Amino acid sequence: MTNLRDLYQEVIMDHNRNPRNMGVLDHASHTGEGFNPLCGDQIDLYLYVNDDSVIEKICFEGKGCAISTASASIMTEVLAGRTVGEAKEYFQVFCESVTGQHKDGNQTLDLGKLEVLSGVKAFPARVKCATLAWHTLLASLDGSDSPIKTE
Amino acid sequence: MNFSSEAANASKVLDPTDLDLELVRSDFPILQQKVNDHPLVYLDNGASSQKPRNVIQAISDYYSNDHSNIHRGVHTLSQRATHQYESAREKIASLINARSTNEIIFVRGTTEGINLVASSYGARNIGAGDEILVTEMEHHSNIVPWQILCEKTGAVLKVVPINEKGELILESFNALLNERTRFVAVTHVSNALGTINPVQELTAMAHEVGAIVLVDGAQSTPHMDVNMQDLDCDFFVFSGHKLYGPTGIGVLYGRESLLDAMPPWQGGGDMIKKVRFGGSEYNDLPYKFEAGTPNIAGVIGLGAAVEYLTNLGIQKIQNHEEKLLEYVTEKTMERPEIRIIGSASDKSAILSFTLNDIHPHDVGTILDHEGIAVRAGHHCAMPVMEHFGVPATVRASFAVYNTFSEVDILFGAIDKVKDLFG
Repeated sequence: MTNLRDLYQEVIMDHNRNPRNMGVLDHASHTGEGFNPLCGDQIDLYLYVNDDSVIEKICFEGKGCAISTASASIMTEVLAGRTVGEAKEYFQVFCESVTGQHKDGNQTLDLGKLEVLSGVKAFPARVKCATLAWHTLLASLDGSDSPIKTE
Repeated sequence: MNFSSEAANASKVLDPTDLDLELVRSDFPILQQKVNDHPLVYLDNGASSQKPRNVIQAISDYYSNDHSNIHRGVHTLSQRATHQYESAREKIASLINARSTNEIIFVRGTTEGINLVASSYGARNIGAGDEILVTEMEHHSNIVPWQILCEKTGAVLKVVPINEKGELILESFNALLNERTRFVAVTHVSNALGTINPVQELTAMAHEVGAIVLVDGAQSTPHMDVNMQDLDCDFFVFSGHKLYGPTGIGVLYGRESLLDAMPPWQGGGDMIKKVRFGGSEYNDLPYKFEAGTPNIAGVIGLGAAVEYLTNLGIQKIQNHEEKLLEYVTEKTMERPEIRIIGSASDKSAILSFTLNDIHPHDVGTILDHEGIAVRAGHHCAMPVMEHFGVPATVRASFAVYNTFSEVDILFGAIDKVKDLFG
């Protein structure tokens, strides 16, 4: 049996209790809205991307479970200061990691802090919680206006 | 009254009105398993209940011995299949005390039954400016078909509010009824709150202004006596799979005079008497509303489920579930961190709750880890969630085979959730 602590690691509980970069960005260059109709989880994402395609600021607001809140919080920490191209690479690597498709030594990027969420792969019903913020990110970077739904 | 599991076990022997729970549980093969190394505690009966052996056997026997298409074969298998299919209709008519089997239409489930009425009855009888009354506690399946009908016809949807206990506000219901009210669609039991609505009284009030009444019986039929002559509603809908029967089969009851006057919903085989390019003649009830080859195995399985329910005795089932609810509620009161969503004075065995500010999805995952199946979400009742200001709840919904010790296991696991989240 998988251990619950693989999912609810201390770092995740900490980000759930005290989410980083929570709030609204007044002069956002990109915004995204994510929604999981199954559980009602919802996230609003704000980014400021400068002329050099660097994500200068990223923050979020929303309501969600511990996994989706921690995932959004950690995502903002990891992506601040990264380029849009790097953010998209992280998206790829992260999604592979939480769906169990990630192979060690095969990746172009180090997961770093995102590693704590890889325990989600043992809980298929929770993968959408972990990826909601990331799908919202991708949609906002690609300039999609319609809200992202996990269903 | 104090119900400990020991007391419940002891009373099993002493009280002849109680069910033999051990025997009941042994009828359900799926309950005899471990989930995540713990004995399965299945508390998601509001979503779908498990199937007794006689239902599984009836479906297997049908496919092994009697399968054929119905109503159209002179051969022996077709006659056997037709006989079993129509016997199930009789059992269901008897269960809900319909006047005739003509009033029993087989559909895919509650959702399809409501859509049938909205499309067929609604299209012919409801027009611009007419009002359709629903309640704030309806399942999405008893909201959206009426919204679609309103969009098509220009009718107006009105909503009866609920109070802080999750009960329908009768004064508002009465105030909203008027001569423009053509239709009232109301749930018998709320799937998200457990509230039992006084549908007999509501129906009488609606009939006074000439409105037609549909009752959503998805959450009531498995748990209490439903009697069409007492309720006096015009339509009543329920699903087989919440009633210990198979998925993909449900029942629409309709007053014969109304069904008779309604246009067909879907066209095809079995629903016609004659087909000519100059115009076709429709079949009699109930076949007029059963186009195409139906879910024969589903109907036969549902017939077996009704037999199971009737043999146990619906009153015994209701008594048992009431005791479970009382025990659950008592346990909840000991834990201030639990907020019950839905505390109607007349309530079915459903515990919808939140635990501190821990998200219901997290609670659901941790309970699953202990072998406990609950629903975590908005229960297809988003207006109810909005009313109580929560995005979702955890819902433990009980059935005939649940025990007092399972309630103890549930609360033990809830304490573990609290510990993990500090």
